[in-house]
Amino acid sequence: MSKGHSHDHADYQPDIEDFPFSERMVMTQAVAELIVEKGICTADELRQQIELMDSKEPALGARLVAKTWVDPNYKARVLDNCAKAAAEIGIDIGDIPIKAIENTADVHNIVVCTLCSCYPRLLIGLPPDWYKSRAYRSRAVKEPRKVLEEFGTHIPDNVEVRVHDSTADLRYLVLPARPDGTGDWDEQQLARLITRDSMVGVTPAKSPEDI
Amino acid sequence: MTIRRHHDMGGLEAGPVDASEHDYAMWEKRVDAIVKVLSTPDRKLLSTDELRRGIEELGPGVYDELSYYERWISSATNLLLEKGVITVDELGKKMAEVEARWTKDREGAE
Repeated sequence: MSKGHSHDHADYQPDIEDFPFSERMVMTQAVAELIVEKGICTADELRQQIELMDSKEPALGARLVAKTWVDPNYKARVLDNCAKAAAEIGIDIGDIPIKAIENTADVHNIVVCTLCSCYPRLLIGLPPDWYKSRAYRSRAVKEPRKVLEEFGTHIPDNVEVRVHDSTADLRYLVLPARPDGTGDWDEQQLARLITRDSMVGVTPAKSPEDI
Repeated sequence: MTIRRHHDMGGLEAGPVDASEHDYAMWEKRVDAIVKVLSTPDRKLLSTDELRRGIEELGPGVYDELSYYERWISSATNLLLEKGVITVDELGKKMAEVEARWTKDREGAE
């Protein structure tokens, strides 16, 4: 939060590391100040929105996935209606539907947005740079196995790879497969195995020996 | 032959995926916040589809030259101008003011 100075500049002074500033950084600051000055929104609202997005982390999605691993009925509800099932455990995924897709012994799922950067951000936070990169967006639909290898993920030939192309109106969340050797683990322990990348489908969940 | 626009890149040839990442800078988070706040149901000054249209209209050169959130703020600003929420004059003045202020801050920091 603000340290109690400044009021009319939407409370943002660039950090030293921000120098030299770019034209778009200046534009961003100018637009923020103009919409506050015009009374369209308040500086507080902008700050709160930043804090809200900062609070959206892969840990939320991991909590949901961990619950699907221990509760088959919950998994069925997640697959049927992810928003409702997320709300059950206090997670608001927003207005844009998220479809959960399950990795099994026979099918591995991977998610991309070829046109832009659609991503289940309210469930796992903002997308990493590579998700928005030309290389990933172009190739994930054409040679997914090769792309997966670049993430260190080898999918055997007898496992089908399904690629899901997100849109502005439908996003995807991969439910990675539960690793072996976790039979007696509780949800909290299991959640530690579930990474952001595993919920995008570029890696499996971690194994017990990884943590 | 398929005619496609430059943002429609699914299936094209490209190099290896660079898995390095950067933490979002505060200004990038602000771009995100501006867009979300202007999109709320009570304001509806921007929509995801409009933002995307604006990004896609930046054209192939600019699209590839700008970083992700640079594309976002360019599109959002163009939309605000197009809708008359802000004027070119206001924007120009404010950008000059911000730049002067930051330049002074920078000199002060040195």
